[in-house]
Amino acid sequence: MPKEAIVRTIGLKKTFMLGKIPLNVLKGIDLEIYRGEYISIMGPSGSGKTTLFNMIGGLDKPTEGKVYIDEVDIAQLDAYELAWLRCRKIGYIFQTFNLIPVMTALENVMLPMIFGGMENDEAMEKAKGLLETVGLGARLNHKPFELSGGQQQRVAIARALANDPAIILADEPTGNLDLRTGKEIINLLKEMNKNKEVSIITATHDLKMLDVSDRVIWIRDGMIERIEDRENLNIRVGEVEGEEAG
Amino acid sequence: MPSQTTQEKKIERQLALPFIHAFNMSLRSIRIRLGRSLIVTASIVLGIAFLMSVLSSNAFITGIIEKGPENLKISLQQNLDEIRIRQIWLVSLSLLVCVVGIINAMLMAVVERSREIGTMKCLGALDRFVVELFLLESSMQGCVGSVIGVIIGIFATFVIYLFRYKGLIWTIFPGDLLLKYSLFSIILGIIISVLGAIYPAYVSAKMEPAEAIRREV
Repeated sequence: MPKEAIVRTIGLKKTFMLGKIPLNVLKGIDLEIYRGEYISIMGPSGSGKTTLFNMIGGLDKPTEGKVYIDEVDIAQLDAYELAWLRCRKIGYIFQTFNLIPVMTALENVMLPMIFGGMENDEAMEKAKGLLETVGLGARLNHKPFELSGGQQQRVAIARALANDPAIILADEPTGNLDLRTGKEIINLLKEMNKNKEVSIITATHDLKMLDVSDRVIWIRDGMIERIEDRENLNIRVGEVEGEEAG
Repeated sequence: MPSQTTQEKKIERQLALPFIHAFNMSLRSIRIRLGRSLIVTASIVLGIAFLMSVLSSNAFITGIIEKGPENLKISLQQNLDEIRIRQIWLVSLSLLVCVVGIINAMLMAVVERSREIGTMKCLGALDRFVVELFLLESSMQGCVGSVIGVIIGIFATFVIYLFRYKGLIWTIFPGDLLLKYSLFSIILGIIISVLGAIYPAYVSAKMEPAEAIRREV
């Protein structure tokens, strides 16, 4: 299968101004992520993970350099096109789940489809299906505060998949979850990655993420320190079982 | 390949927030933050009740001048001219305070909901949708608030005039005029609440999603 770059960054730099002092958070990131890959961006806090993640997701604009999503330079997009890109091409998952508190699980999953112009009934059917896929078929009409953290994150995953995006961006998806629930969420993401052929990009420092990732990008001080394939990882991290290797 | 993508874009590239959904979302936002909504509504109720009491007092006096006994007419006529200017000044001030109150409450709502706004933008919401939600919410509060305000204003004035002029008030009851003034007050109340929400809605629409999500409240 030819490798098709779904995300490409060239010389990505981001500078924040702390008062009058410029702070270089990203210092030139060149990166290619291919369709269907499961990527983990790892690095210590303050390394620029989340900033890089925001750039890739079109949530923030780079100071210098370019980001291509599906071969489209996102700096060239106007507000409308950017919103469309977020709606159709990218699904977001957050550490804090970020479900809309006034809406039920079902409505939360329906929302991106409604924005995308889908008919109400069709959106409802699809949302039901997605919630069943993530194992929440029995909790369609629960509000977020009636769900546990793991369940909320499942709703968020279903919501991210709503418009069949090419990419799912997950920022610390397991950060607020306990060990076991975190593992379940990681497995669910991997399952979606395989079944729906969606590329998954996670920014994380959860080592549990390592054994499902196709590649791991280590970031340090705003630079790519190294990029590792899974095979190499299995040797490096002794405890990781190669259950899905190959 | 490029032509195909542009064609695909033309067909698929539409983002929409149907009115019924916007309406539902606004209604629920009001319900879930009932305390804050009540404060906004209360400020509209007070402003409009004051406006309406002044207007209906004018209506009653006009009624008496038109249909009442001669001896009341002359003294009231003088009064009316004198009071009018001061009334306009007071009413405008109270409505201005009302607008400032709404701006304040809505700005707080924007900050409180910044994460929600950021999330919606990540899901593909246009700035316009966010503005629409805030304006809808505010105009609903404005509508309810002004109706209540109008009722309170008319009722209070009516009671006062009933004590002062007793049975006379029934014979001169200026129904048409009161109805006209009520409609005017309700429309004005809605306009005021939308005016108060414009700036907060603009602030919320201009938030970058990344920043909005990161903001802790």
